[in-house]
Amino acid sequence: MSSPHDVVISGIGLVSCLGEGPDAHWQKLAQPGQQPVLEAARFAPYTVHPLPEIDWNLQIAKRGDQRQMETWQRLGTYAAGLALDDAGIKGNDELCSTMDMVVAAGGGERDEAVDADILAASESRNDRDVLLNEKLTTELRPTLFLAQLSNLLAGNISIVHKVTGSSRTFMGEEGAGVSAVETAAARIRSGQSTHVLVGGAFQTEHSDMLLGYELAGYLHRGPWKPVWQRQGCEGGGVVSGSGGAFLVLEQREHAASRGRKIYAELGPVVSGRARRRQGGLDAEIAAMLKRAAVPNGELLALSGASGAHAATSAEKAALDAVEAIAARGFATLTGHMKEAQFPFAVALAALAVDRKAAYPVFDAAAERPFAGVPRSVLATAIGYHQFEGMALVNAA
Amino acid sequence: MANLRDHMGRPIVAVTGIGVVTSLGAGKSDNWAALTSGKSGIHPITRFPVDHLNTRISGMVDFLPSSSKGASPLTYELAETAAQEAVAEAGLNSGDFGGPLFLASPPVELDWHERFSLYNSDKQDSGTERLLRVARRLKELDIFETTQFGSIADRLADRFGTRGLPITLSTACASGATAIQLGVEAIRRGECDRALSIGADGSATAEALIRFSLLSALSTHNDIPEKASKPFSKDRDGFVLAEGAGALVLESLEAALARGATVLGILRGCGEKADDFHRTRSKPDGSPAIAAVRAALADAGLSKDEIDYVNAHGTSTPENDKMEHLSLSTVFGERIGSMPVSSNKSMIGHTLSAAGAVEAAFSLMTMREGVIPPTINYDNPDPAIMLDVVPNKKRNAEVGTVLSNSFGFGGQNTCLVMAREPV
Repeated sequence: MSSPHDVVISGIGLVSCLGEGPDAHWQKLAQPGQQPVLEAARFAPYTVHPLPEIDWNLQIAKRGDQRQMETWQRLGTYAAGLALDDAGIKGNDELCSTMDMVVAAGGGERDEAVDADILAASESRNDRDVLLNEKLTTELRPTLFLAQLSNLLAGNISIVHKVTGSSRTFMGEEGAGVSAVETAAARIRSGQSTHVLVGGAFQTEHSDMLLGYELAGYLHRGPWKPVWQRQGCEGGGVVSGSGGAFLVLEQREHAASRGRKIYAELGPVVSGRARRRQGGLDAEIAAMLKRAAVPNGELLALSGASGAHAATSAEKAALDAVEAIAARGFATLTGHMKEAQFPFAVALAALAVDRKAAYPVFDAAAERPFAGVPRSVLATAIGYHQFEGMALVNAA
Repeated sequence: MANLRDHMGRPIVAVTGIGVVTSLGAGKSDNWAALTSGKSGIHPITRFPVDHLNTRISGMVDFLPSSSKGASPLTYELAETAAQEAVAEAGLNSGDFGGPLFLASPPVELDWHERFSLYNSDKQDSGTERLLRVARRLKELDIFETTQFGSIADRLADRFGTRGLPITLSTACASGATAIQLGVEAIRRGECDRALSIGADGSATAEALIRFSLLSALSTHNDIPEKASKPFSKDRDGFVLAEGAGALVLESLEAALARGATVLGILRGCGEKADDFHRTRSKPDGSPAIAAVRAALADAGLSKDEIDYVNAHGTSTPENDKMEHLSLSTVFGERIGSMPVSSNKSMIGHTLSAAGAVEAAFSLMTMREGVIPPTINYDNPDPAIMLDVVPNKKRNAEVGTVLSNSFGFGGQNTCLVMAREPV
């Protein structure tokens, strides 16, 4: 039963190695046997899913704005623009100035050359703190700081797309994406917001972004494998990808009054923090499945599983325990996009509901076919290290 | 029987616990004594060498065990210290808080000392290739966790037994206020009876200082550190980088009264508005800050004549103070000349991600104590922005309502309205 205060998805902006926009993603992902787009040489021994060719001018008109950002912020601002366009909001001052925004963000790119220079010099100097002052005061580009600040992705979206109702940035890997979607939906359900831009971006083609995983040995090494098949392989199981996902969430009444196309309704969004060191992840995922009120019968699940060994095997066990669930590990084809992973999962779930068709298996050895029309689709993001969440996406 | 719902029918949100740490000390009593006697916590930097630096002063917190251990450990300890004080004052079980956690904290990065030590533990290759190879051989998670944006909140959630997935947020220099706003909103939506909102920032590293310095944001008045932060003065030349933490236990008034808790104040309203003008500068007409103040008043159900005192953002940068004056005078009209408006930052510097929470804590104490902390170093008033800044000496005053402003890079504007008593 639909209600006027339902949360609906009225805009989707996606970028990944597969291309950009919901149509391109649907076409590729609905194609049985789709092969991953991989870059295995540039960061060897790590494989990443690289960004596609992007014409930034299409969403970031001013060169000056582009210059103020590094790739991560450009990517997020670009994906946000795609979502706003898709929802018919871009360029509408009234809608943009009253639109709330919750962005899930990590940090931006450091200057690798400056860092490498300082590290090299540190081999022959003991006064490393002085070295740091000497180099950073003279070699850092002053405005680079603004390209690194977590909340400046949202700041750039305000500047470029004029979204100014409110602006909040949540940090904390996949969990930030979960909380962003959960909070945005709660605002709409309670009548605090009528329309919210929510999402994130991750640009993995930078050594510091790989280091963020590898300080705990999370990255997969050696030949690429699908996300469910990396247990026991060299490394930690994560293959990362560059990408971004933004959603326009809207109160049903608000979207209907503008005569907008609705992709899907966003049902319950649930989040959790399992005490993983005590082995509680399987149980937490099972409990979340209950809280998400998954319907009876066959259920398609867009899993954001990262490949990280412990988290991915716990998720697989919890999903496999529910016979009706047919999971699709989309990181097999896009890589792991950290803060963007959950919004991406929700977007892919909404597309399946909207197109009235399930995705074919992304990994024939580990996934089973889904026949019929998916009326509800589950989206999950179980953090590679901490925090987890899921949402149920229903037919509009 | 107190009214338990506000003018919009939402649960009224009470404050039942307050905690604070700044360069003036740990805890409310030390801070309040210093703040009301006009004492500055700004001092020369000793944590790292200051060779080549234009700014050599700060409001760092140098007295905690983690003060020399890097941004992540110090931010955690600041948050924990403030939260412990708040939760204890609220009379709640400090290991089983039973409500969500909202943490405003700085973005994290691998500390340079770790970078150096990882790099120099090996000789093969160079640059990040070497770092990555060393990284994957690490056996402990300690360094890794300092680079995860959710880890400080995860540890705090364990420490205090908060419920659910903790939210870590950044709205730059408005972060602390946003953490409080998120707590208020969760209670108003009926998601919980209580929330723990913390703003903490222990990120005053050399690199942070240099980054702000390269943007010409910092004061370079190094010679007399305690005189460097001079909000609303003609010769103000930038903010003073500082550290600290503020924590509030927020509770629905109904739940607070039901368990017999002491109500320390009311979080009446929150307002925000993003600015689309520039990454570091505000729209020249001040309209986003004006809109944020007005949104906070409307949310609180108060008219502009019902605010007794403004706890200013007052950073001591030429740009902020001018813009804040413009927005306040636009909202409050002629009355602004006779309204007390003071800046805690004149004494504690700018605690960045913590500022909104630290200053909310001080705003609540201002009402409870009936004493307005001064704006110190107000020796050369800026004639273009004449305000009653409560110059140099504290003032005894009945304060029933406070507006606290927080503005940040990236067009962030968040304002809180607090009251001494429920309606």
